[in-house]
Amino acid sequence: MNSTVPQLADYIRILPELVLAVFGMIVMLLDPWLEQRGRQRGLGFIALTGAAAAIAATIFQASYPGTAFYGMVQVDSFSIFFHFLVAAVTLVVILCSYEYLAVQQIRAGEYYGLILFGAVGMSLMSSAVELVLIFIALEISSISTYILAGFRRRAAISSESSVKYFLLGSFATAFFLYGVALMFGATGSTSIEKIGQVLSSGDIPLLAYAAIALMFVGLGFKVAAAPFHIWTPDVYEGAPAPVVGFMSTAPKAAVFAVLLRIMFEAHAPGRIWLIWVVAALSMTLGNLGALVQDNVKRLLAYSSIAHAGYLLVAFAALPGNGIPAAMFYAASYAAMNVGAFAVVSHFGSAGERYVTLEDYAGLGRRSPVLAATLTIFLLSLIGIPITGGFFAKFYVFSAALQANLVGLVIIGVINSAVGAYYYLRVIVMMYMRAPKVAVPLSPVSLGLRTALAISIVATIYLGVLPGRILDYAGLTVAQWRQ
Amino acid sequence: MRALENAILTLVTFVPLAGALLLLFFPRRHRDIRVFALVVTLFDFVVSLHLPVHFHRAQVGFQYELDRLWIANPNIHYHMGVDGVSMWLVVLTTFLTPLCVLISWKSIDERVKEFFVLLLILETALIGVFTSLDLFLFYFFWEGTLIPMALLIGMYGHGRRVYAAIKFFLYTMIASVFMLAAILWLYAKVGSFDFVTIQAAIRGGHVPNFAGAAIWLFLGFFLAFAVKVPLFPFHTWLPDAHVEAPTAGSVLLAGVLLKMGTYGMFRFNLGLFPEQARANAPWIAILALIGIVYGALVAMVQPNLKKLIAYSSISHLGFVVLGIFSFTTAGLDGATFVMLAHGVSTGALFMLAGIIYERRHTYEISDYGGLASVMPRYATFFLFVTLASVGLPLLNGFVGEFLVLSGAFQAQPWWGIIGATGVIWSACYLLWMYQRVFFGKVKHDVNNTLPDLSGRERAALWPAAVAALVMGVAPLIWLNAIDPAAQATLSPVLALASKVAGR
Repeated sequence: MNSTVPQLADYIRILPELVLAVFGMIVMLLDPWLEQRGRQRGLGFIALTGAAAAIAATIFQASYPGTAFYGMVQVDSFSIFFHFLVAAVTLVVILCSYEYLAVQQIRAGEYYGLILFGAVGMSLMSSAVELVLIFIALEISSISTYILAGFRRRAAISSESSVKYFLLGSFATAFFLYGVALMFGATGSTSIEKIGQVLSSGDIPLLAYAAIALMFVGLGFKVAAAPFHIWTPDVYEGAPAPVVGFMSTAPKAAVFAVLLRIMFEAHAPGRIWLIWVVAALSMTLGNLGALVQDNVKRLLAYSSIAHAGYLLVAFAALPGNGIPAAMFYAASYAAMNVGAFAVVSHFGSAGERYVTLEDYAGLGRRSPVLAATLTIFLLSLIGIPITGGFFAKFYVFSAALQANLVGLVIIGVINSAVGAYYYLRVIVMMYMRAPKVAVPLSPVSLGLRTALAISIVATIYLGVLPGRILDYAGLTVAQWRQ
Repeated sequence: MRALENAILTLVTFVPLAGALLLLFFPRRHRDIRVFALVVTLFDFVVSLHLPVHFHRAQVGFQYELDRLWIANPNIHYHMGVDGVSMWLVVLTTFLTPLCVLISWKSIDERVKEFFVLLLILETALIGVFTSLDLFLFYFFWEGTLIPMALLIGMYGHGRRVYAAIKFFLYTMIASVFMLAAILWLYAKVGSFDFVTIQAAIRGGHVPNFAGAAIWLFLGFFLAFAVKVPLFPFHTWLPDAHVEAPTAGSVLLAGVLLKMGTYGMFRFNLGLFPEQARANAPWIAILALIGIVYGALVAMVQPNLKKLIAYSSISHLGFVVLGIFSFTTAGLDGATFVMLAHGVSTGALFMLAGIIYERRHTYEISDYGGLASVMPRYATFFLFVTLASVGLPLLNGFVGEFLVLSGAFQAQPWWGIIGATGVIWSACYLLWMYQRVFFGKVKHDVNNTLPDLSGRERAALWPAAVAALVMGVAPLIWLNAIDPAAQATLSPVLALASKVAGR
């Protein structure tokens, strides 16, 4: 083992995390110094700069691939992909939080700080190749999101959401940690590469199966995969809408990154049947649950369970097709879901009063542009062509077909058809029903407009020219096989 | 000139979409929006006329082809091209859309901008379905028609519009999933979405496991198309969609959208799976015959004008399916011709129904009667179009149905006999409807003051009437382009048949 002092290159390889952490601290420190009125604007701007700087740092980092800090962190195209994704989602969420915080009268300080700190954890998850570091990163990300979920302090439902998320989430991380311990017992290492060497050598200790199962329980909870999904609707319903947009995409993408490393780089045993069951359950329970929801946030919560299921289908496929498909899915899901929640947060108005389907009636007349925007995101969630959601499903299912998982694909395809129904209900409400209450709509702020523009462009780009992103994701496979 | 030959299909396909995007930035002045939409659709029609004018009629295969790599993984090409069949369907689309704009001029007075944006997007998607030769691209456009059409029905339709829109969407969406599955299977085995490549691979027997899967692939495609046509018993969405849709929606729905299904059967079911098509022809033809008779009988008892026309569509489209699965050149030529003729005459019927609805806000036949004396011009147009639809010789309906029936006779005499009753039925329900609406005394006083056709309405109806006449008098203009395409599609089937006979 290399025991020298960390070099400059080591710090470059965690540069995005450093940038995010520094900006998070600046936000926290400046909070008491700024006066009430300037606070919101100033801190939002600093957080925004932080997220943009993280994107820049990720791009800069891309030319320094390799390991750092004694093999705990690895920068490769895989980690760059997820760093970029997390930073971009953070940027969009900050953009749409600005208006939201003002409308809901939430103090800005810790909010932006926590989002940036959460992003540190999520970024680190995708580059960490050592289970203990992964655990620490997971905790950094989780703790930030627990608090963020309870940020609508005046609403009891928000506190409920936070407590529920915290209690169940702590259980889940404990499971994960237990799995890490067993894995160490089984293979004598916590480094993913070494675990992979042991597990691919043929003789798989029985303990490793238990370890994988426990780790999967922990991570499955974080991505809201069935049967560990019970918390999702309640937490999403209570948490502030932009935060839901954040926590349903960025941490999920990061946890999927961890899962990809564990499943493929560490050659986890028993992968296919485990994924088969969980993916089929998630798709089915998520879609069936969403069918009967009248609250848009709950509906999107169940939809996120279903989408976790679709994404997991890729895990059952062969690595060559499965890994890029999963990465592409994570990216396109992030683009459309962040966008959808941005619109939901605007429609919600003060106190998030208007979040039921009935409240959406007639939005096509009252706010044509926003309604059209939400329609595009929903169509992408259905998986209609020329949106990212279509290619995401397409790649996942064709990867599964190439692995001869016909049964799973059939379940997935039927589920997509079922899913179309409840997304359509929202569109139908917006365009084909007369408004019941003339809820006054506030004008859309510049920040939200920018956030929506980014999400739309990303969604359509992924749907029209998916090739480049997929090819970039495909580099990972080549690297891991070396 | 060479560059234009390559780009013409792209131009025809995407001019409406470009118009829609420009329209998004228009101020909400209704008149400007309508004029602009009319200009765009007329321009597209004129551009599309390039296709038949410069079409090489003797040449077999696709023309105006353009093949560029779009996405490397999966291997998707931007491959456009038309043969005699799809070319005329493109022209039918571009011909009907300006008429739709005209007919919606006054009846759409709310959310006007959205209406025309959706209409233009729909036009692009419809043309794309007929011009794309890459299965993936085809599926793109195929699904692309769904949303604008559903929104047109759901936002601008009548009473039960939401129900109709959702039913329409779910029916076609679920059915096309099976087609997507079949397309993906083909891609997994052939490594290409290209129609020509896949066709060659199947004919050459280079597709592994094809023998076992072929019947399922055939059915996957067939189900998607059968729902769209709609073939009995998948037809229940159609009357709802038609009755609730705004006039322009009905015109495009009956005129073009249904033809996507029959076109798909022609291009993919026959083109890719000739053996399976032949093996399955008997029961498909029976469904088509049921559709012809059942559609006609139900049309006869409809008290609602629009529903009557909708069921007549089911009956007419039954002829198309019968012609396609008769595996004779006459049948296939006739099927294509019925597609075009039905598009023109049923499109015109829906426009006429829409015109009277604008004045009286009812489609009930019993609310009318004696209109011939009140609205003589309207009555004349209506009679002309009705006769065209009935299949009066020298008008467009006759040629296609005659060819289909003669093809069906060659295939199975009793198919022809039952099919021929459809012609009689259609005369019954259409003429009886005409009699109840136009003849006799005016029963309701409000009808006495109905104004006759306005200049704009006549401008929408004249082209359709002229087209109906020209198609009836000089069908060869159309048929000599259609025939080579039909023969090219049939040749592997006939080769197969002679092989079987030789044994």
